[in-house]
Amino acid sequence: MFFLIFKRFILGLVTLFIVSLITFIGVEILPGDACTSYLEREAFGEALAACIKRLGLDIPAHERYISWAYNVIQGDFGYSLSGQMQINEVLGPRIKNSLVLASAAIIIGIPLALILGIITALWRDKMPDIIISTVAIFSMTIPEFISATLLILIVAIWLEWLPGIVIVPTDVTFFELLPNIILPVIAIAMIMTAHMARMVRSSVIQVMASDYIQMAILKGVPYWKMVFKHVLPNALLPAINVVALTIAWLLGGVVVTEVVFNYPGLGRLVIESISNRDLPVVQALGIILASIYVSINFIADLLTLMLNPRLKTLQTRK
Amino acid sequence: MENLKNIFNENPKSSLEKVLDIISTMASKPSGFIGLAILIFHIILAITSPWFAPYDYKAINPSLMLNAPSSEFWFGTDSLGRDVFTRTILGGRTALTITFFGSIIALLWGGLLGIFCGLVGGRIDDVVMRIVDAFLSIPWILAMLLIVSLLGTTTEVLIPALGFFYGKGIVRVARAATHDVIAKDFIVSAKARGHSNISIIWNEILPNVRDAILVEGAMRWSWMLLGFSSLSFLGFGVSPPTPDWGLMISNARGLMSFAWWAVIAPIVGLSSLIIGINLTADAFAKALGIDRSTKAPV
Amino acid sequence: MNTNIQEIKDLSIGFKSQKGKQISILRNITTNIRKGETVGIVGESGSGKSTLALAMMGYIKHGLFTTGGECLFKSQDLLSLNNKELEDIRGRKIAMIPQNAGQALTPNLKIGYQIEEALKLHTDFSKAKREQKISELLNQVRLPSPSIMALRYPHELSGGQQQRVAVAMALAGNPELLLLDEPTTGLDVTTQAHVLELLKDLAKDTGTSMVYVSHDLGAIAQVCDRVIVMYSGEIVLEGPVRKILKEPIHPYTYGLLKSIPKLSLSGLPDSMPGSQPQPGNIGSGCSFYDRCNFSSDECKFKVPELEYLSEIDTSVRCFNHSELISKTSEQKITNELKKEIIIDEILDLKDVSISYAKQGIIDQFLNKVTDTNPTVKDINININKGETIALVGESGSGKSTILKSIAGLLKTKDGYIKFNKEKLLSGDLKKRNSDDLRSIQLIFQNPDESLNPNHTVEQILSQPLKLYFGLTGNKLKSSIAELLKKVRLGAFYMSRYPRQLSGGEKQRIAVARAFAARPDIILCDEVTSALDVSVQAAVLDLLQKLKEELGTTYVFVSHDLAVVKAISDRVAVLYQGRLCEIGPSKDVYQFPSHPYTEVLIGAVLEPDPDIRPKLVAEDIVEEKPPEIGCSFQGRCPRILGDKCRNETPPWQFGDNGNAIRCHIDIEELKIQQS
Ligand SMILES: Nc1ncnc2c1ncn2[C@@H]1O[C@H](COP(=O)(O)OP(=O)(O)OP(=O)(O)O)[C@@H](O)[C@H]1O
Ligand code: SF4
Ligand code: SF4
Ligand SMILES: [Mg+2]
Repeated sequence: MFFLIFKRFILGLVTLFIVSLITFIGVEILPGDACTSYLEREAFGEALAACIKRLGLDIPAHERYISWAYNVIQGDFGYSLSGQMQINEVLGPRIKNSLVLASAAIIIGIPLALILGIITALWRDKMPDIIISTVAIFSMTIPEFISATLLILIVAIWLEWLPGIVIVPTDVTFFELLPNIILPVIAIAMIMTAHMARMVRSSVIQVMASDYIQMAILKGVPYWKMVFKHVLPNALLPAINVVALTIAWLLGGVVVTEVVFNYPGLGRLVIESISNRDLPVVQALGIILASIYVSINFIADLLTLMLNPRLKTLQTRK
Repeated sequence: MENLKNIFNENPKSSLEKVLDIISTMASKPSGFIGLAILIFHIILAITSPWFAPYDYKAINPSLMLNAPSSEFWFGTDSLGRDVFTRTILGGRTALTITFFGSIIALLWGGLLGIFCGLVGGRIDDVVMRIVDAFLSIPWILAMLLIVSLLGTTTEVLIPALGFFYGKGIVRVARAATHDVIAKDFIVSAKARGHSNISIIWNEILPNVRDAILVEGAMRWSWMLLGFSSLSFLGFGVSPPTPDWGLMISNARGLMSFAWWAVIAPIVGLSSLIIGINLTADAFAKALGIDRSTKAPV
Repeated sequence: MNTNIQEIKDLSIGFKSQKGKQISILRNITTNIRKGETVGIVGESGSGKSTLALAMMGYIKHGLFTTGGECLFKSQDLLSLNNKELEDIRGRKIAMIPQNAGQALTPNLKIGYQIEEALKLHTDFSKAKREQKISELLNQVRLPSPSIMALRYPHELSGGQQQRVAVAMALAGNPELLLLDEPTTGLDVTTQAHVLELLKDLAKDTGTSMVYVSHDLGAIAQVCDRVIVMYSGEIVLEGPVRKILKEPIHPYTYGLLKSIPKLSLSGLPDSMPGSQPQPGNIGSGCSFYDRCNFSSDECKFKVPELEYLSEIDTSVRCFNHSELISKTSEQKITNELKKEIIIDEILDLKDVSISYAKQGIIDQFLNKVTDTNPTVKDINININKGETIALVGESGSGKSTILKSIAGLLKTKDGYIKFNKEKLLSGDLKKRNSDDLRSIQLIFQNPDESLNPNHTVEQILSQPLKLYFGLTGNKLKSSIAELLKKVRLGAFYMSRYPRQLSGGEKQRIAVARAFAARPDIILCDEVTSALDVSVQAAVLDLLQKLKEELGTTYVFVSHDLAVVKAISDRVAVLYQGRLCEIGPSKDVYQFPSHPYTEVLIGAVLEPDPDIRPKLVAEDIVEEKPPEIGCSFQGRCPRILGDKCRNETPPWQFGDNGNAIRCHIDIEELKIQQS
């Protein structure tokens, strides 16, 4: 098993390496370089030369990649063009804020999705299922920016319960942030919960149709005991990976939601840096978001490996 | 039970009949029927709306700014005094067209590469899948924004870019489907007879992975629409003054505390289209016997 | 006092088709299970056996519903109880042993836990007592080292062991009635015989009533006192086991028994035409009418009632059963094949070894041989033109592997395969020329997998015709029609998809596809194992007729020794990828034979309660063949000790033409075995 974990870990690193190549090459082959894009009409003369010098655009690409990658491994993403400051300093508080947002959504979303998924599966094709599944389809398909806009319109503007737009500096404390994140969290959690609940539902239904559940019923195991002992462990195991993929996919949705609520997180930084054509920051963001994706998947793999008896016993037998 | 139905069915069916069969199965459930109805409504609307749009979508008129809905302007007017109804019925055209062609591109390259990887296996497969995984781990929004901001928001950029970014998920599905099929005895049998690889792919493999890939394509379409509208919303999609729901929502959002109509109309338009496509894709998957709820939207 | 433990009265079960039509799959079932007796339920796949067995526990599958009747367990109607009440009966009063224990044990729970769960639910033992009982139960089902077993997960046991665990679990609640749904299907012959032995002993020791569901009359004959025969959702015959198996008075049972290949007979069994109708597709008269040899006009429009004949304690559903009373199922050898072997070699396997082990990159580079113990080793067989040679052995004995390498789908590691005396067949498919490819065709076990589900029969059959003969247009069409005629199917089948065909029809298409190439050799991989017995006989018959007509050579792989005896001219017995014995089939089935052949033949279950299997070897599963010595040393009942463990046994030749690979002297074997 240790070997399997190790292999997954290495594969994750390989993925990140390829991501770094892709982002680097991507920026290289797109027309213009970091300096011309950034400076736009002022890209001539001294300003350009200074910029080129600062970013090291005058040295060959592969050398630049190596020194950039070397610095990144040490946790240094270099300088941002627009703020003229270290990218790390720009990123730090943003990551923290986005993390608060995403973890709140996950902490609410996962248990809720489990409960809803299980309910819909156990009452399959009955009223609870039909109602929850219909709502899930709606909240799953409607884009975040629409649900976020509607939330603001209804809760913040018409009902005036909560602030609609986050107007706080980037480095607020957690408690100052709290009332501001309720609406964004709801917007993100809604779509995520719906996706996951649907997957849990179909996984539970699949297990319920298996021979061993029929056997458990015929053995006289009481219903709820059967659900908790025989159904859920087997149904949730394969769901872990899919849930991880869904969470990772929703990173994109977080970006949009942050923009709608003017939330000072990574997402807004994405838009800002792209609007400013601040390519070094864009590169850094690419690596960071990809690492989040890779880590989430790695954790899911770990969980699966630890919970699956088939893999758990591999090492004891060999 | 499906089998039983087919056993009693003696006559072979032409492809057209098969398609009609699938559509009628899709429409036989309420959710599929609603989905199809919405989708067809939107397609017809997109095609015909230029002929019956009551006003000019780009006519700016400061004196008509932010009028509430009335008999003259059914959905009111926006901050530039343009008719919201006109802009709403025209607002799905670009999105529908771009994402439709985008999905076809996604389907083509994703499907072909996936089948190829499933077939050759071994090192090539490993390497390609690593790269696809790496692309999957870069959030689509970051990549799309970067491309669009550097290359512009023209259709020629958007269609291939969307097609590329939404095709990588199809690679996985097509590869998995191919893997399932090539282990089957009928492939072994064709190999043992000595058919060429091309003939095996064309005759034996394609017909059996087609359904899975088509369903995947239908799903991609709805996600791509979602992604494209998000881009528009962020200001990186359709350029003004072309009416587009995402962009309209984004523009009207700031003023929604006193002009809610300008934001509600495009929201209804966009949401109904996405729900329509989604329900249709669901029904399509069910009609072909594929469960799509177990898949992650990657 | 009521001597019946379960009474089923007029039970009907059905489902709603997509068009809303009600389709019945069990019709008016009435029967009783008496205390302490073992009742067998037999029937073809889809006849409703499992549905009936589940109903006996008050369990109706999702999508099905009862349309009438009751299921009384000790005068209590199970079908009217709620879940709570059923939980008290299930596992405690009635227990089930499922068909595929591997899938019926919850994968995430340890064996010990699953048995303890049953004990907890159905007894009030203390924790310590429960633990002791778990050991007892595992011992009772003869599992080795119970304390270790209890800590294992289901996937860590072999198929036979899983089945035993399922039995132990069912016994935990000390039930009064045990239901067994195909408990041995899917197990190897020797394992099956052992599990049956265990069940028989349990029935004797505990006095539990049993209902034994199976499609296999051989297994039924071993364990049952009474037999119920089902056909498309109805009971057609019910009575004491000897009566049913020796003097069946229903045409279906009569035909079924005649279609089973038996060790005591040589030659092909009689086949029965047609196949069981699909539910919802049953005519207005007797459901067996289409296939019946005894039918009269009455049968076509009137449904016969189940009639009880008290003098022979038998119930039968047939108008004309009296015609059969005089007949017995005693079979005469009517289809004896002429089995002379003419030496005219067409295929020669010389020292063939095949390995699945993948070489590492470095070893590949150094060209180092890493696998010293390949899956298949030292195979020497020469096959004559026009003969049928069979390869037999248990699962994992490498039968299919050898076929695949003949077909060019697997490379041989050592040795060579020669075709038509001079031509070496390349191990690489791509290097074989079109004519060689055409000459050797394959038929697979499961036609569901071997026919492309998206092609019509016409498309399927046109593949080889186009490829090898370049036929097109009308020529192609008429060739296809001709092929269909050859496999006794009408031309209208051309437009059908595989899913619109029955199992037997599908396999006929697969046969037709192989013959379309006009091959010299056809490799048949378990071609009848997925079929019902009555259909199997017809397919065997078809294969035999085609061979006589066209002079094709068959290499026939099967695990079923009776089938092999019926169809083959020569037999090669394999254990763990090594040859044990080879010779003319009439001789291999006689003594002296290799100890492994002896074990295999001993374990065959004949559909006759008076012929008992002889169990000589343990049914352990070996994962790998031993590196040195005799391949069968791990299970051999006659093992000689170190000699067998260290030295590869020599070939010895018997008087009647069979060759045996064993250290025991062949004359000595003869004395020991007779
Ligand atoms: N849930 C269901 N819905 C519809 N039809 C069903 C369902 N379950 C079983 N059937 C049909 O009922 C018939 C009897 O099924 P059953 O499983 O009892 O047969 P069986 O005799 O046990 O067959 P086998 O030997 O293959 O186990 C079959 O034709 C089957 O297709
Ligand atoms: S009733 Fe008639 S058709 Fe049916 S089994 Fe008897 S003889 Fe045959
Ligand atoms: S060689 Fe020895 S182990 Fe092998 S079959 Fe003969 S007696 Fe048994
Ligand atoms: Mg069954």
